Amino acid sequence: MTITELRKKFIDGSYTPLDAYNDAKKVIDEKDGDIHAFVDVFDDAKAQAEDATKEYAEKGENAPALLGVPFAIKNNILIKGKRATASSKILENYVAPYDATVIERLKAEKPLLIGTTNLDEFAMGGSTENSAFGPTKNPVDESRVPGGSSGGSAASVAMGASVAALGTDTGGSVRQPASFCGLVGYKPTYGAVSRHGLIAMGSSLDQAGIFTNSVADCELIYSIIAGKDKMDATTINPDTYPAVENKEIYTIGVPRDFLSVGMDEDVLEAFDAEIERLTSLGHTVVDVSLPLMKQGLAAYYIVMPAEVSSNLARYDGMRYGLRVEGDTLLEDYMKTRAEGFGAEVKRRILLGTYVLSAGYYDAYYGKAEMVRDMMRAEINEVFKDVDIIMTPTSPTPAFKIGEKEDPLSMYLADIFTVPANLMGVPAISIPELTVEREGIILPVGVQYIAPHAGDARLFDFGKKIFDDTRA
Amino acid sequence: MEKQDVEHLAKLSRIAITDGEATALAGEITTILGYVSDINSITGERPEVKEVGALNNVMRDDGDPHEPGLYTEDLLNAAPERDGQYVKVKKILGDN
Repeated sequence: MTITELRKKFIDGSYTPLDAYNDAKKVIDEKDGDIHAFVDVFDDAKAQAEDATKEYAEKGENAPALLGVPFAIKNNILIKGKRATASSKILENYVAPYDATVIERLKAEKPLLIGTTNLDEFAMGGSTENSAFGPTKNPVDESRVPGGSSGGSAASVAMGASVAALGTDTGGSVRQPASFCGLVGYKPTYGAVSRHGLIAMGSSLDQAGIFTNSVADCELIYSIIAGKDKMDATTINPDTYPAVENKEIYTIGVPRDFLSVGMDEDVLEAFDAEIERLTSLGHTVVDVSLPLMKQGLAAYYIVMPAEVSSNLARYDGMRYGLRVEGDTLLEDYMKTRAEGFGAEVKRRILLGTYVLSAGYYDAYYGKAEMVRDMMRAEINEVFKDVDIIMTPTSPTPAFKIGEKEDPLSMYLADIFTVPANLMGVPAISIPELTVEREGIILPVGVQYIAPHAGDARLFDFGKKIFDDTRA
Repeated sequence: MEKQDVEHLAKLSRIAITDGEATALAGEITTILGYVSDINSITGERPEVKEVGALNNVMRDDGDPHEPGLYTEDLLNAAPERDGQYVKVKKILGDN
């Protein structure tokens, strides 16, 4: 179900927001015990649905754009008066004192906020297995992970508990779960959407992202949440970057040398078949060379933990969140953070502390920041010849729960998605591929990357090759 | 990376870790550092970034404050321990 389809029914009255609420609630009651997409399901949602039903009866097509549309929010985005746990014990009882800017803007269009969704603790992970509240399962195949870190948001849309969801994407945390669950997943240009009220992980990489069933829905939500925000100094103006125009026919670049990295053979075959389809739709697909993309993951696992170690210093047991008492102030810190943080969070804080320490800073952090600049220069050069870069979103379909036990093998699942965050360019994952595992058809996404501020181009292209080609 | 190095990092990070955690982390962090050290194979000059990065400093006037006390209760209510209008913490100067 898409927002466009739902809205048509809401307006003609053949289906109401209250029906949508009842159906979403039924899905949650029946499935969420197993899937565990949600951290909290809101008990005020029914009253909202009743009000929305009345408002459609009065206003029809003049009703707010998202009125009554079931929506789920990743639990590291602040909603005033609701718990914002980041799926961590350290914030288990933290109630948000204000709305994130993205929530404030969404609320102006009155979606039906159904609940908050599970994530890898502080958005650190690629499977939603790192949640302090237990893992989320993939609704397509419950023996598999939904991806992560926004796995709960992806599962919510995939199982039909919401029609759209917000997540956050620091290194692929929206696109990769969208790939694993068969959804459209979007990471905007860095600075296009405000980060105010997102629980920070890697501030130079984080962006709020969107899960939907169509590119048009994604574009609609983007248009609502995007834009300059005085509460986030990194948000961009319309003239920050050169204009990126839409086209009838696009030239797509495939970084062939980058695709050799640990991909399942049938994913690569499906990807190549998809290139044929794009060509048959009239677009041009050419090979491009982006040799630095391969090194992106190494740069990412330096920059991101460095920013994590700095951002998570705020959890000190003093101002909010968990406090575990010791005999001294120092012991309060040590015990609070020992009990409050999970293993992956601790690992990244220590790694970040190491790469930022005197004597290592230049070799790691300094070098990684230089590589980011080189990557930006490299891709901008390629964008002189092509309009969009195309890769698979993930090298494999969803993997089994418990399959990736050592941290590094989990990190490698992000190889195709981290470059966009390092460079700050927009990227979309569209569920175009399928492969079969153990008799079950599993989705795999195709990722498209545009130049900075090329968000509208990705929506235009995505609608042409996805929305418009489906029955 | 050795266990003692991990223990030192944990202390800097204000996280108490057990002996077992230190041993496991030493191995894991060594593996990860081995992987990320790959970026040292990249040579070349830092490019002129002005044309591709568009970051600049953002300033605002130091004025238009909100009404005093508007958020005080909300924020203090989030603190684990408070004393009136203060967040209460243990003694900072002294034997620590």
